[in-house]
This record gives sequence, C-alpha cells and structure tokens, in this order.
Amino acid sequence: MKKRTFIVSAIASAMLFTAGGAMAQDKFKIGLILPMTGPFASTGKQIEAAARLYMAQNGDTVGGKKVELIVKDDTSAPDVTKRIAQELVVNDKVNVLAGFGLTPLALATAPIATQSKTPLVVMAAATSSITEASPFIIRTSFTLPQASVSMADWAPNNGIKKVVTLVSDYGPGIDAEKYFKDRFLFNGGQVIDALRVPMRNPDFAPFLQKVRDLKPDAMFVFVPSGAGAALMKQFAERGMDKAGIKLIGTGDITDDDILNGMGEVAVGVVTSHHYSTSHNSAVNKKFVAAFEKANAGLRPNFMAVGGYDGMRVIYEAAKATKGGSGDALLAAMKGQIFESPRGPMFIDAQTRDVVHNIYIRKVEKVNGQLYNQEFETLKDVKDPGKNK
Amino acid sequence: MANLQRTLLKKSAVQWWEPVLWLLAFSAPWAFPHHALIINEIAIVALFAVSLDLVLGYSGIVSLGHASFLGFGAYTAALFAKWIHPDPLLGLVVGTAAACVLGALCSATILRGSDLTRLMVTLGMALILFELANKFDGLTGGSDGLQGVVMGPVLGRFEFDLMGQVAASYSLAVLLALFFLARRLVHSPFGATLMAVRDNRLRAMAIGIPVSARLAAVYTIAAGVAGAAGALMAQTTGFASLDVFALERSADVMLILVIGGVGWLYGGVVGAVVFKLMHDVISNITPQYWTFWMGLFLVILVMVGRERLFKPWTWMGRS
Amino acid sequence: MTILFDGIAYGMLLFILAVGLSVTMGLMNFINLAHGAFAMVGGYLTVVLMQRFDVPFLVCLPLAFVGTALLGAVLERTLYRQMYRKPHLDQVLFSIGLAFMAVASVDYFVGSQQQIMQLPEWLKGRTELGTGTPWELGMGHYRLFIIAVCAALTVGLQYVLSATRFGSRLRASVDDPRVAAGLGINVNVVFAMTFAVGSGLAGLGGALGAEVLGLDPTFPLKFMVYFLIVVAVGGTSSITGPLLAALLLGVADVAGKYYVPKLGAFIVYSLMLAILMWRPQGLFVRQGGK
Repeated sequence: MKKRTFIVSAIASAMLFTAGGAMAQDKFKIGLILPMTGPFASTGKQIEAAARLYMAQNGDTVGGKKVELIVKDDTSAPDVTKRIAQELVVNDKVNVLAGFGLTPLALATAPIATQSKTPLVVMAAATSSITEASPFIIRTSFTLPQASVSMADWAPNNGIKKVVTLVSDYGPGIDAEKYFKDRFLFNGGQVIDALRVPMRNPDFAPFLQKVRDLKPDAMFVFVPSGAGAALMKQFAERGMDKAGIKLIGTGDITDDDILNGMGEVAVGVVTSHHYSTSHNSAVNKKFVAAFEKANAGLRPNFMAVGGYDGMRVIYEAAKATKGGSGDALLAAMKGQIFESPRGPMFIDAQTRDVVHNIYIRKVEKVNGQLYNQEFETLKDVKDPGKNK
Repeated sequence: MANLQRTLLKKSAVQWWEPVLWLLAFSAPWAFPHHALIINEIAIVALFAVSLDLVLGYSGIVSLGHASFLGFGAYTAALFAKWIHPDPLLGLVVGTAAACVLGALCSATILRGSDLTRLMVTLGMALILFELANKFDGLTGGSDGLQGVVMGPVLGRFEFDLMGQVAASYSLAVLLALFFLARRLVHSPFGATLMAVRDNRLRAMAIGIPVSARLAAVYTIAAGVAGAAGALMAQTTGFASLDVFALERSADVMLILVIGGVGWLYGGVVGAVVFKLMHDVISNITPQYWTFWMGLFLVILVMVGRERLFKPWTWMGRS
Repeated sequence: MTILFDGIAYGMLLFILAVGLSVTMGLMNFINLAHGAFAMVGGYLTVVLMQRFDVPFLVCLPLAFVGTALLGAVLERTLYRQMYRKPHLDQVLFSIGLAFMAVASVDYFVGSQQQIMQLPEWLKGRTELGTGTPWELGMGHYRLFIIAVCAALTVGLQYVLSATRFGSRLRASVDDPRVAAGLGINVNVVFAMTFAVGSGLAGLGGALGAEVLGLDPTFPLKFMVYFLIVVAVGGTSSITGPLLAALLLGVADVAGKYYVPKLGAFIVYSLMLAILMWRPQGLFVRQGGK
C-alpha cells in the first residue's frame, strides 16, 4: 500500500511541473549563472551584487526593452551549469548568458553558446583558453597569464632572481605556474621548484616547509581567493619573511574581500592584478562608495568589477542593437572601449578577450585598513596565451 | 502448494501501475519539451540510484564511493567517443564493460569488515580515482574536464538536439532496459541469496551460500549499471569532469536512494524524481540558501517517517 | 624533524575533533555526520566573540567548548534521542540534513567568506632549535599550543574514563547498554552527557583549528572525510585508538606532502585503504570489544 501511495504522490509532484517559461518577447533577458553555494559562494555573491548595482545605477530599460536578470545557482557542477544554461536558452530565451565562476563551467557551456548563437559573457573565470572554446564568448574578468606574466616581468628588475612557485593543482593554477615560469626564465631568472598543492588541502605546512628549505629569493603563489588567508598566516608563522623569502603572487591571494581581516601578516606582500579597491580614479571611488552602501559595507573585489563591467558591455551592446540578440549583439560587444573602475580597458575585437592595465601593488595600511596600493602600471596587457 | 507458489511469485509480477508509470515517463519529454533536460538528468540519476540499491538495498553493502563507477563509465565513454568512435550505443557498452571490470577488481575490498569499514574503503576508492583523474590531465583534461565530445546520432538516425528530447528518451530507454534486468535479477534465486546474505550473513554461510562470490558478483553488476549511468551522462552532456568522482555525488545518490526507500528498486526512481524536482524548485526560489530547506526536508522526513509523510491524515495521532 | 612536529600538531587537532564522533558511534551506535557542524559552530562562536565583542582568545576557547556542548545537549534531548532506534541509513539522512541546515544558516548569518582569526601576540612566533643540523626543529608557537592543549585534554579524558565513576559507567554502557541499565546505570544521562562533551570537544577543536585549517561555511562537509577516516582506522572502542590513528594520519599526510608532493593527497587515502584491508575492524581494537 505504502509503495503505491508513494508512487502516486511522486507522479503528482512531477505533474506540478507544468510547462513554464513566460513568453514575453519584449524583454531583454540576461541569464546570470553563478556559484551561489559551495566553496566559491563568495564569488557569486560579489558578482550578483555588482550586477544589481549596475542595474540600479543605469535603469532597467535598455534599447526600448525592459531588462530581466535571471540569477541561477550552478553549485559548481559543470553538468548542472550546462543544463541550466540550456534551459535558460531554450525555455527562457535569454539574450545573453553571463557569470561563470570557474573554468570547467564556462567550457562546458561553450557548445551551447555556439549552437544557439547566444553571446556568453565570462565575468569571473580566468583560464586563457576559455575564449577559444566558442566564437560567442566574451570575457570581462581577466586571465591568469596576464597577471603572472606581469609579475614575471617586474620581479627580476627588483632583486628577485630565484623563485619557487606554489600553485593550487587545477586549471588556473597550472596556467599561472606555466606563464610565470616561461616569462621568468626568459627574463633570466631561475625557478628552483614548482610545487602544486591539492585543491582539497587542509594544511599548507609541508609545502611551505619545503619552500623554506629550498631558500629562494621569493615564493610565487597562486591559490583561489579564500585559501590566501590561511597561506599568508602560515607563511608568517613559519618565519619565512624573517628567513628573507618574499611573498609575491597574483592578486587572488590578497583578495580585497578578506584582505582587511588578514592583519599584519599581509603588509608588504607584492602582487600583480588588474583591480584594487583603492585604485585612484573618480570612477572607482564612485563605484566603491555605491557598492559599499548597497551591500552593508562589503568591499567590492575583482570579481565584482568583472561583473560590473560585464553588465556594462551587455547594456551598451543592447543599446546599440536595440535589445537584439545573436550575431548582432555579439558584434556590438566586440571592440568596446571604456573606463572601468579598474582603469581603462577594451574588449579585443579579434580574441574577444579583455585588454587592460595590470598593476603591481603592495599591501599597505591606509587609515587603519589594509589596501592593495598600486605603485607600478603595465599598460594594456593583452592575454599572452593568445599568442601561442 | 500451487497457491504458495503463486503468492511468492506475485511479488515479482508486473503490477498494474508499472506500465502506466513508464508510459508517462516516456511521453514526458514530448509532452513537456521545456523540461526534457531535467527529465534526462532525473533518468540518469535514477539509474545510478538503482545500481546503488542493488548493493545497498539488496546485499547490505554500505557504499559511499559508488561514484567511482559512475565516473569511470563516464570518462571511458567520453574518451571512446572522442578518440575511437562517436556511436552512442557502442560507447554505452564500452563504458558499462569498463565499469564492470573496475567493479570486479574493487569487490575484493568490500568483502571484510563492518559497515563503517566498507563505508571508508569505498569512499577511499572514489577519492583515489578523483586524484588519479586529476593527475592524468593529459588524458582526462584534469580539472577543466574532458571537452570536445561530439556524439553521433542514436541508432544512426536521432541526433542529440538542443532541446534535449532525444537525450531524455535515450536515457529513459536505457533506464527501462537496465531496470527490468535488475528486476529479474533480484526476483531470481540469485537475488534471494543476496537478501539472505544481507539479513544474516552467518546463517547464509551456514546453509552453504558462497557469500564472497555472491557479493563480488553483485558488486560487479552494480558497478556496470552505474557505469552505464555515467556513460549516459557523458554522452548526453557532451563532456566529463572531475566532479563525477566527488564525494558529493556518492553522498547525493545515497540520499536519493534512502529518500525513496531502499530494498525496492523503484526507491531509486522515486527518490530521484522527488530530490531533483525539489532541488530545482527550491533553487529557483532561493539560489543561495536552498541547502537549508533541503536539510529541513530531510530532517522532517526522517522524524515523521517516510510512509507517513505522504499520508497527511496520519500526522495527528498514532501511525 | 619539523615535519614530524607539524604532523603531530595536525594529528592532535584531528584527534580532538574526531574523538567525540568516535565515542558517539561506539556508545550510541549512531552515525552522526553532523559532527563537523558542531566543530564549525565552535569555530564561528570564537570568531564572532573575538571580532565583535573583543573577547580575548584564551577566554574564547572554553566558551566555545561550553557553548557547543550546550547546543549538543539540547539537540540530543530534542532531536537525536528519537533517532537512536532508527536504522543506520535514517540516521545518516537525518544528520546530513542537520549538516545542510547548519551550513546554510551560517552562510546566511555570517556570510560565506573565509573567517580570519587574529591570534594574540604571544601565540604568534616561532622557536628554532638546532638550525643547520639534520635535526633542525622549528616549532611554531601556535602549534606548540595546540599540542599542549590537546595532550592535556587527552590525559584528562583518559583519566575520566579510567579513574572516575562516570568513566566506568560510560565504559559499561558502551559494552552493553542493556546490562548496564539493568545494573541501575542511568544510560540516558550517560548518553546525554557524552554527546554533549563530544560535541563540546568538537567545538573546541573547531576553534583551535580555525587558524590552521581555515573556517568557512563548507567546513563540515570538507573535513567530515578526515574525521571518518580517524574513527574507522582507530576503532570506536577506546580513545587511544583514535588518538594513535589521528597521529598516524597527521604525520603521514604532512610527511607525504613534503617528500612526495606529487602524490600528496593519495598518501592518506591509500594508507587508510591499506590499513582497513589489513585490519577491517580498525587498527586498535580491544579484544572482545564491539
């Protein structure tokens, strides 16, 4: 008896699911797929906040149509992302897909963008090869090679000749390691060892100890934001700075989101990245103030700026095509040049990737809070990965 | 005597609602074309859950690493389609066979020990496979996943379309076939020995059932079915990535099976439908905090009791 | 040598986190997968107290213990008690559901970023002994602190178990609850107290570990695997079993990642697999125990 009741109820719940999908054609729909739960939830939060801020600042009508932002959680599982993207394209008929916190998620969704001719704006993922996976992909975040190569250019001119690299063992980490190593060697430096830390790593101790024993001038690090705090703490705890080893890396380890909580250990760390909350421009100051106001004092980080600029690209393209879609919308996205909170940037018309300044920054205490203070600028850095 | 035989066989006969259910299932992708994708996903997870039921429900082997076979089947099928031949059915067979081999090898590990031991051993297996797949990223694409899997048309005629209807029907067909195979298995003398082993291992040994051989056999078969689910997943989504081996997959399928009910094959199917639909609906309402409501549902389900949950009139008063 | 030291610190931390789980499983035969959530609560309690109310670190630790123990006691009385009779699978479902709820709640109230703790000055710093020799030993003060606290706790626990009346009641209840009840031991009270203490210890472990392991809402799910490994290898019938198992795993993990970084994560899992295949009941089981 119980089985039958159960079956019937299960079918009934399935019936609840009658055809959805509103048919309003006079809307410009943006499908925002983000990791809202799981280990990268803070990325999703920042990007969503930035996207909503842009909409609040620029109105919700564009090109004569009302903008609808559909936010979905992909739980960082690529097959779920793909299904959600497919549903957004087929059921909700979105004009553009956006978001994508991790590389495999973007790569998995690429075929859908191509097949359905829907532009896909990558606001967070940073592996070089993503834009090559589909002709409909535009990126507004950054690429790890851009940041790594810039650091590999700066370091040798500043007394760092021997380096040990320490990266997380996944796509972006391996990218960072490879491009840093190649450029550093090209600049006459020496990479003593290249260590990879497993993603599920609870303890950095053995790796840091190994670096200490190898006695390099500096340790180049890439770990996803979040793990940076633990790494920094253990770096200090192990006395590495007293042993004369500098800490350099891409800006993910001094993520503005959690930088303030890191305390004294972070002061003096030099990183290379495309955005710092303390970037000295009128556009940025306005952005930061508005963001903090709308989000209870949360500091925007590079993920937020990727989302903000992504929305800008989408909005401008929609305006130019009067709320269009497909090839026309894509064409209007390529080649956009504008001033972003990070500085000047443009979307390269050929590679559809972002070209912007990379700043070398040092963590300093300003007005009692920690900021990444920019002290050197490398202008208009293209993604080195595309030249291969 | 004839009466007794009929009563015993009655359980394994096809009930009236079964053809209705399957007919509904098959027509669903065409009746609700907008939901063909999630139907596909449900079918795959249901197949996976049924395979777990074979080991957990019918043989009493607690496994928290069943995703090993799902992942192995997925990667094998994806690699086969990419480098050797894009025919889906061929890939399905290859994926299933590969997973069977892995299952046979791993069955040596689950024969001894308590429930906790088996839990950890199976978990360890899945995690090791995860790391292996990550290391051999030349072959598997590492954490970026294996891209570029383009499938040929099913049976040479039906292309995989963007709507997902062909995919859903394909998955449902495989689910149906393997489900009925599993059914025959558990209602056969072989299945009866499995249940004997599950209920009281010592006594089963005492009456001469070769316990180790039976467990190894069922583990291999279940591995194959899980591998088939994995192959379906790789084929219908067009790629394979590391998270097919992750703990979350094994844990999710165990949850699904327990929600639906262990020990009767439909438990996997029903659990898959309920869990996936709930997840989808709640996730649309609150993308960030849906885990809370899911957790609440699980807690209430266990406290109230599965049967009572679906009969609201029994909530007040004794069950 | 430093690696050995680090491994021991890591192992002791794992032990404190997992001992509650081990005792609960051995005593109440209850698979509590929400144990990691208690650890997380202790960690977050400490962080919130330190950041918002400026409570000094040392005071936070016993507060974390007490707070989590109270939570454990309340939950035990209201929810867990009804679960004892249920089949294992239902218990698994229930505790996973609790863990999910805990994770989402913490995310909602505190946010999903990594929480960073500021240690007091006297805990930062490092002592180096024998630099330059092969026996070089570098000891971070915080890790020393962890080892000291955990060692004290272990000694205390062992003392309670073997030399107090409560300890003997506990051991009796673990061996055979029915006979123990028949002898007049209030098994319910024993259960409740044990569960509370086990959860409290987990909370303390979470507070101690936040610095070393990181603290974010996904903590319970991330580390549950490690706790389970400790319990499976160490057995559930004593506390020296999990202690040795945790130490073994801690040292193996750290040493493995140092000497063979390419196989870093493998080492732990393969070791566990090997041990369990060799001794399915766990490495250190008392003869005649469950």
